[in-house]
Amino acid sequence: MKNTKIRKRSNAPIFWGLFGGGGMLAALFGPMLVFITGLAIPLGLLLPADTMSYAKMLAFAQNILGKGFIFAVIALFMWHAAHRIFHSLHEFGVHAGTGCKLLTYGVAFVSTIVAAVILLGL
Amino acid sequence: MSDTQKIIEIEVLRYNPESDQEPHSQVYKVPFTDDMSVLQGAQYIKDNFDGSLTYRWSCRMAICGSCGMMINGVPKLSCETFLRDYYPNRIRIEAMAHFPIEKDLVVDLSGFMEKLEAIQPYIIPKEPRTLEQGEYIQTPSQFAEFIQYTSCINCTLCYAACPQVGLNPDFIGPAAIALAHRYNMDSRDGGQAQRMELLASEDGVYNCSAVGYCSEVCPKHVDPGNAVNVNKIHAAKDYFLRFLSPKGGSK
Ligand code: FES
Repeated sequence: MKNTKIRKRSNAPIFWGLFGGGGMLAALFGPMLVFITGLAIPLGLLLPADTMSYAKMLAFAQNILGKGFIFAVIALFMWHAAHRIFHSLHEFGVHAGTGCKLLTYGVAFVSTIVAAVILLGL
Repeated sequence: MSDTQKIIEIEVLRYNPESDQEPHSQVYKVPFTDDMSVLQGAQYIKDNFDGSLTYRWSCRMAICGSCGMMINGVPKLSCETFLRDYYPNRIRIEAMAHFPIEKDLVVDLSGFMEKLEAIQPYIIPKEPRTLEQGEYIQTPSQFAEFIQYTSCINCTLCYAACPQVGLNPDFIGPAAIALAHRYNMDSRDGGQAQRMELLASEDGVYNCSAVGYCSEVCPKHVDPGNAVNVNKIHAAKDYFLRFLSPKGGSK
């Protein structure tokens, strides 16, 4: 590192922003979603048995706010995970190559597109 | 001295660039008293066993920041770390991690010095000020914004602690970023945009993966990790808002 060196601006804010957004969402909704979808519904606790019936879920996903919520949860969780995995790989000595980036952020990108296409088609 | 003299084994990582291919360990049996620091242990070795043992120190009171070393793998100031806390086990002292070793426990700090210089660790006035205008007035709350970050003694223990410094030696690193933050937060300073160029660069704050070990080892509770992470937010704002603001950070 030299003082005279011309430094490239990092484009990390984009990925860090998506990571941060996903992290915030995961902290706010993650445990609740795990509880509802993974424990409460399958075990018949607290919630009516048909809470997550196909008809109700479809209606939820057809509502514009429901769509938005599902999209945000899927896309931002994916970007959050991708960023975390990308950096963990770096920490384990698998260095930040383009391959790693493509694999991690690529999966998040594809998931985002797929989620958007499916949700818009409902 | 009591007749039951306690003796601690100190394993030292030795390296002499003139004769050694690579560093090697050497163990010394050092008689000690309860008030002896690890630094004094090293001094005992130098005075009694091997005068060529090389290490840095000055104040012996945790304020000059020159006596940092790895003590059982943890970056610490050796003058405020006591032998009694390790006895009866062996204690291992090594040069600080992530720095090139110059000799024995002395590391080459020139990389850190360059980084420190690059963040311009001094007040860059917003506009020229004449003597007649008198002193700057600062409120207690303006003072509170930066005072914590002025406590840095440049001991570089945080660099030895930071896994990202270990992976990318060009990363500006915790202490230099904490100092950049110290001046950025000062109401007298107007150098934020200049420093932002560095903080937002590929060598800047986003190298940090929020491990937080830097803040843990800091002997002055500067919390450099916090400075780094606050600046991720500043750099992100600068990134997205630079097109809106005519004075937006760097190119
Ligand atoms: S000798 Fe000055 S900090 Fe330890």
